[in-house]
Amino acid sequence: MSELQLLTWARGTGMDIAVAIFVLGVLWRLIEIYSLGRKKDLSAPRHAAGASGWHTIMRRSLPPPGMVQRSPVSYIGGYAFHIGLALVVFGFAPHIKLIEGLLCVSWPALPSQFVDFVAVVTMAAMVVVLADRINKPAKRYLSTLGDWFAWAVTFLPVLTGWMAVQHLLLPYTTMLALHILSVELLLVVLPFTKLFHAFTVFGSRWFNGQVNGHKGVPV
Amino acid sequence: MQGPLIDSLARQGINRRTFLKYCTTLASMMALPPAAGRAMAEALAAAQAGAKRPSVIWLPFQECTGCTESITRSHSPSIEGMIFDMVSLDYHETLMAAAGHQAEAALHGAMKANAGKYLLIVDGSVPLGLDGAYSCIAGQSNLAALKEAAQGAAAIIALGSCAAYGGLPHAKPNPTGAVAVSDIVKDKPIVNIPGCPPIPVVITGVLAHFLTFGSLPELDKLGRPKAFYGETIHDRCYRRPFYDQGKFAKTFDDEGARNGWCLFELGCKGPVTYNACATVKWNDSTSWPVESGHGCLGCSEPDFWDAGDFYKALSMPASPLKTAAAATLAGAAAGVAVSFANRGKKGAAKAGHETATLSDLEK
Repeated sequence: MSELQLLTWARGTGMDIAVAIFVLGVLWRLIEIYSLGRKKDLSAPRHAAGASGWHTIMRRSLPPPGMVQRSPVSYIGGYAFHIGLALVVFGFAPHIKLIEGLLCVSWPALPSQFVDFVAVVTMAAMVVVLADRINKPAKRYLSTLGDWFAWAVTFLPVLTGWMAVQHLLLPYTTMLALHILSVELLLVVLPFTKLFHAFTVFGSRWFNGQVNGHKGVPV
Repeated sequence: MQGPLIDSLARQGINRRTFLKYCTTLASMMALPPAAGRAMAEALAAAQAGAKRPSVIWLPFQECTGCTESITRSHSPSIEGMIFDMVSLDYHETLMAAAGHQAEAALHGAMKANAGKYLLIVDGSVPLGLDGAYSCIAGQSNLAALKEAAQGAAAIIALGSCAAYGGLPHAKPNPTGAVAVSDIVKDKPIVNIPGCPPIPVVITGVLAHFLTFGSLPELDKLGRPKAFYGETIHDRCYRRPFYDQGKFAKTFDDEGARNGWCLFELGCKGPVTYNACATVKWNDSTSWPVESGHGCLGCSEPDFWDAGDFYKALSMPASPLKTAAAATLAGAAAGVAVSFANRGKKGAAKAGHETATLSDLEK
């Protein structure tokens, strides 16, 4: 198989399989999670300022007072790589073209060199949070194989994509094929790992906020 | 430098200075040292002045003659075409005056007289289906002709994407069983000059290298001369700054297209195509596909014809997603089925729940 054939497979059959598993897994899990339901709280709601699902979505997206100073790597690193990932995934012209091809929606792209810079910052932040996770005994103790795996499958697409653009190590065609394959791996595992938080994060925050808001507790 | 070559070039309106400049350019394009230009000029002049010019046999198989057109019609008067003055082109069906038995006699005579020394140029793929019956010349299949001619060749030039990688005839479903020259011949040095058609100066560059140094230039792992196929079209494209700025033509006649912005979104395969079009250009360096407003098709890459839609960006799916709709239904069905199973579990737990009494707690 030549490099171009590998790339064509990744863009064709590989993408077909990955998107199918991704869509299947996401729908399956979302329907399952949201259909579980909870018992209706029959108590009279207690109203308190800032206690609602929407407040909690907002509040938990921002660091609690003093926490940035206490745990700067977790917060700054976490923000850097999450925002960086979003910019790289949704701001790079070829990615927008892919989304347009799949969903028929598009938006203006960011300059390639800016995306390149963001990719480097994202990778640096990811390496720092990984080192922190390894160094801090509590974090290390709490980490499972699933956490290390989730980090790796998130990091690989950024690394291979950046290396492809920079023409590092392997010819562009091969690296682009590896990049697409690594994204396909991410798509396949995302619905079945902790990475599914990409779909559930705001829903779960809203739910927690709503349940506690009913009790008059702003969380 | 004087001699019959200079005289014959002068008759075509090419003076000695132009010839030397051409050889120097050729040498520099092939990343050879400056002195190689002069050595090349002298070797080419000597080849023509010599008692016996190097024999070249050109075999056409499953091809469209585009490769021959490329070198013979590059521009007029053709400085690339002068290469034919320096070699003894003993067999070329399109260019030779002889036909029928005389042509075959010329071919076999040249093969016999120059055994082990001639340069074999092949354009077109070799069909293996129906025992090679899809393409025959003088009652002989291309496969048999190639094996016979390759035996006595010093080296082989697989000219054009068809000879180099199977090309268009090799495209799915490949009805003739077309293969590349390198799939058949394993024991001879082969240089691939892919392109549909290949760039004239690349052809003459390789021939000049062979005539000057008696060897083939340095090749990449796909058998292509590194000097010409070392970089991608995208990396040397004059529209590259627009790619970096995120400025793309969305259609072939929008403002972006008129402003000469990047054609990536219109399906340009420049990022994965190794060729010299962006630097050498075509038709006496007049223009090239991207400059004329069309994305690169990737014609110098193996199986470019089957590498997805020509007009879809490289990051887009190469073929329509066939299973996404089925996966959506299956995912929804799985979710609903698991939901019912979970409800069943909850119901069973509720039904099986035993109310604790005070006496239970005292136990």
